[in-house]
Amino acid sequence: MHELAICNALIEQIEAVAAKQCLTNVARIIIRIGPLSGVEPPLLARAFPLVAAGTIGSDAELEIRTGTVQVRCLTCDCQSETTANKLNCNKCGSWQTQLVSGDELILERLEFYSPPRQNSGGLMQCVKPADVQ
Amino acid sequence: MCETCGCSIGNNTEHNHHKSAEVHRTEHLAVSVMGKLLSANDEVAAHNREHLDQKHVLAINLMSSPGAGKTALLEATIDALSNEFQIAVIEGDLETENDAERIRAKGVPAIQICTGSACHLDAHLIHDALHELDLNELDILFIENVGNLVCPAAFDLGQHRNVVMLSVPEGDDKPAKYPVMFRAADLVLISKIDLLEVLDDFDLYVATQHLRNLSNTAEIIPVSARNTDTLTRWVNWLRRERSLQQQRREFVVSRQLAAPPPTP
Repeated sequence: MHELAICNALIEQIEAVAAKQCLTNVARIIIRIGPLSGVEPPLLARAFPLVAAGTIGSDAELEIRTGTVQVRCLTCDCQSETTANKLNCNKCGSWQTQLVSGDELILERLEFYSPPRQNSGGLMQCVKPADVQ
Repeated sequence: MCETCGCSIGNNTEHNHHKSAEVHRTEHLAVSVMGKLLSANDEVAAHNREHLDQKHVLAINLMSSPGAGKTALLEATIDALSNEFQIAVIEGDLETENDAERIRAKGVPAIQICTGSACHLDAHLIHDALHELDLNELDILFIENVGNLVCPAAFDLGQHRNVVMLSVPEGDDKPAKYPVMFRAADLVLISKIDLLEVLDDFDLYVATQHLRNLSNTAEIIPVSARNTDTLTRWVNWLRRERSLQQQRREFVVSRQLAAPPPTP
């Protein structure tokens, strides 16, 4: 349910980045969502077009990268991969661990269509040398 | 390379490829962002926390599933602490003023936020609610979040501590089922423990193990809002958090005083 709110925040952030870069046409949005972020990638993917409609991101492809849950053991210092509801060390079983990755909710990268070239007032016209006056 | 425009798309020297606008459309400009998706919420949350710190108000974000007994616990807590602290409550529900009215009946200010269909409170909603309260007159602010073990965990409100409540009828495996919420808990309250007599399949040890499996060292306190004797540990925890907050505040002030004056 809160995936809609997350999409709203995503669009706002994209608008801010685009304004800063003087770009308007978003082609691709790459976000990273960890298993412990509290956000479900399929729900987010379905919510995105609803929120993006009529915004700068309406034509953009959304790529959601998920990751693994990794913990570092405070007892044996081993780093291991675990599941979201069992953050124990895979090696020694200790529950005193530190999360290394898995709770990400990050906008990693945006890709924009090339902006219109300024000198010709639009996409560069393709003219044969013979056409040039 | 195309001799017309100098671009390197294609191997031939013809410029026919430009007839298709798609070619240039695939030349994307990549911008690396690496920003938190909820950074706007987090900024407002940090602002709320700073504001609360300045006013010496301890903010507790109370979260649970619907019906775990958040409001009943707050009523009992107000009874236990209203002689000691000035308390206020922000209530989050989809609809109705019912909970705020129950709190106001205890003589304590309560702001009801009706979220409509939204499943959680966010920092902006709390910011607006804070402006309706006189923070100068407050010691402890409870934020009773929308009853939900999923969504509220993702949104920082500007609170100092997260308290997650799990009632006996819900079952002892809730921390394993809702890891994001229980991982965020600074304290876990097991509520309705008076029902342990009839619902004896709830095992406090199992609930603790599930919480520890999330690498969470939070204290677990069993409570019953109907039995004030069970509230002692919870009330003492609040007193301790309140005094820790004051110590943090004094530490910050002493560091500010010790710092050399800024050079003009």
